[in-house]
Amino acid sequence: MKSELTVRSIMWGVVIALLPVFAASALVFGIRAIMAVLVTSAACVATEYVIQRFFLRRQPTVDDGSAVVTGMLLAFNVSIAVPMWQLVVGAVVAIGVAKMAFGGIGTNPFNPALIGRAFMTVSFPVHMNTWALPRDQLLSLGVDRATGATPLGQIADALQLGEPLSAIAADLPSHTELFLGTVGGSMGEISALAVLIGGAYMLYRRLIPLETPVVFLGTLALITGLFWLFDPDSYADPLFHVLAGGAMLGAWFMATDMATSPMSRNGRILFAAGCGLLTAVIRLFGGFPEGVTYAILIMNAFVPLIDNKLRPPRFGKGAAR
Amino acid sequence: MVAVKTFPMGGVHPPENKLTADSPIQVLDPPDEVSILLGQHIGAPAEPVVQKGDKVKVGTLIGEGKAFISANVHSTVSGTVKRVDEALDAAGFRKPAVVIAVEGDEWEDDIDRSPDLVTEITATPEEIIDRIKAAGIVGMGGAAFPTNVKYMVPEGKQVDTLVINGVECEPYLTADHRLMLEHTDEILVGIEVLRKALRVDRAVVGIELNKPDAIEAMTQGAERFPNIEVYGLKVQYPQGAEKQLIKAILDREVPGGKLPLDVGCVVNNVGTALAAYHEIQKNRPLIDRVVTVTGTSLSNRGNFLIRIGTPFARAIEAAGGMTDDVAKVIAGGPMMGKAVPDLSVPVTKGTSGILLLTKAEAEQRETVPCIRCSKCVEVCPVGLEPYLLEKLARVEYWEQSDEHDVLDCIECGSCTYICPSNRPLLDYIKVSKVKVHEMRRASTS
Repeated sequence: MKSELTVRSIMWGVVIALLPVFAASALVFGIRAIMAVLVTSAACVATEYVIQRFFLRRQPTVDDGSAVVTGMLLAFNVSIAVPMWQLVVGAVVAIGVAKMAFGGIGTNPFNPALIGRAFMTVSFPVHMNTWALPRDQLLSLGVDRATGATPLGQIADALQLGEPLSAIAADLPSHTELFLGTVGGSMGEISALAVLIGGAYMLYRRLIPLETPVVFLGTLALITGLFWLFDPDSYADPLFHVLAGGAMLGAWFMATDMATSPMSRNGRILFAAGCGLLTAVIRLFGGFPEGVTYAILIMNAFVPLIDNKLRPPRFGKGAAR
Repeated sequence: MVAVKTFPMGGVHPPENKLTADSPIQVLDPPDEVSILLGQHIGAPAEPVVQKGDKVKVGTLIGEGKAFISANVHSTVSGTVKRVDEALDAAGFRKPAVVIAVEGDEWEDDIDRSPDLVTEITATPEEIIDRIKAAGIVGMGGAAFPTNVKYMVPEGKQVDTLVINGVECEPYLTADHRLMLEHTDEILVGIEVLRKALRVDRAVVGIELNKPDAIEAMTQGAERFPNIEVYGLKVQYPQGAEKQLIKAILDREVPGGKLPLDVGCVVNNVGTALAAYHEIQKNRPLIDRVVTVTGTSLSNRGNFLIRIGTPFARAIEAAGGMTDDVAKVIAGGPMMGKAVPDLSVPVTKGTSGILLLTKAEAEQRETVPCIRCSKCVEVCPVGLEPYLLEKLARVEYWEQSDEHDVLDCIECGSCTYICPSNRPLLDYIKVSKVKVHEMRRASTS
């Protein structure tokens, strides 16, 4: 007897969960966002197909939907300002290097979309750090659009200039704007609401464990909150940190990646806490305004160790008469 | 009012498919020939005490269980012993068997065949245990472990509770359900018999909540038995696994490698309680059992009271017969049962169900790579890591398999059921268990 659950139903379920994020991105950034998602998804699928068909000489399994998930997440992780050819390069690295070189689905130690993004950040720093502002972009196909710093970038810039946050408070987006997504940022990180809708769907379908996003965001809020209480002029409030940047997208869609997160519940809690901690540390003290990508990638590296040390509690251990 | 209880970790909820829950037990007449296995139970096979040409009646002893863990076997029909030979069992192994050509239906004289309920228990605890052994009673839930052995409590162990398993968590199976509805009082007296044998003051019965009528009947019946408590349990597979059941009802955890005895319990199936009633109160050894013969393709599927030794083919015929679209016949339920190699295999004391699956139902999806979804870890009721045990088995790392407690696996099959990559996790784990046992034996000898 078999349950209805299949790899296909899981992966296409995640694709469905990403649709609200896709919709928010299209609403805010326009047609170009739709094109970007189509390009990265097609490039990921094509890369996987070519490697399986011609290099490994195996029956391609691209219909399982996992390459589409990577493609969509890659687009959601980068700026709308990135040219299409760079997106293709990112997709080839994500699938070709981060996934297939390690043996394909389930065997990759690092999140492929984040590896693609990290590769693009160092290879194409100009475009990767040009953030389009969301206003009046809907019909613009080119990259000649209004640009500016992301909310996290605004804070980093202010602190570098030695200005207290109260001085730029008027320029920062409100929590409501951050929640809805009418702010600058990467294609998928802008709307916390859209991520939450997708996350709720995945919880309902039992595609992700609740503990990962809750502990990730909770740890981030806890640490940033402590610093904010101590010095609100130098540190943004915890809700701002949860809603701004890629924390929501990362906590719900990337730290929950099955292949690259721990197998036991205890392990996932530690993993998620590490993601939240590293995100906070990079944001508060690092050279980048945003730290979600590297936080998750660093924690990915610890997964084998975590799996080895944090095992599920066994039935009958510690039982008392 | 019954309290809702369940076990704490893991478990799945497969479609229940209790197609025969409303079918009253039908008596299946003896076939022309029975093939009664001498090894129907866990432990050493019984030794034959009849020869070719001997005349036997229903209830005549034909095999004697001489080893410590073994069980007697009785003739389930009247007629002539055709041969003492071997026959295929449901798992495909050749086992010693007594084949009897059926003539009439004559019973041993001392068996009380009247339907009258006998409630007064005159046998002493020692007598009960001896007679349970004599009657060849084994666990009727499927494992077929000789019941008397469970009642020989080693010195130093204290037992305070008898746990009766009426959970029937396997999909499709409804034999215990019907027994509890149609033989409520006999089962309750049977529980009292077992309780007396065990010398405990408390007996608890666990029944899954998908059988409200059985819970109702047993609860009402138990009002006359102050030492018996009935509990409704959450519908969650494997609620009927011994250790999970004890945890659910009594909140006691049996450690890996230990027995229910170690936490003060003995667990028996409701069918076993009925068998104990029959022997102790009616002098009737274990000669038949209720088997759920089911499947979507069967027109007359139902619950049949079948003489042990009856071929599967005969039971299937009574339930509507084989059709072309049947791909698999399973002995037991769909989660833990095994596909039988041939329809000539006989019903045994442990046969709880005969399940026919059509080609569409039996279709295997392709096995694809593990995606580390961790569902197998989540559903394991023992807290094992099936994905890891599979990996270790594939590279034959038996020491590591042992370290990762592969022997604690209760083989419920929840991991294989849930795996989205369709990996045969339990198959690998079963191989590991055999290898680890071999390894341990080799290192101690």
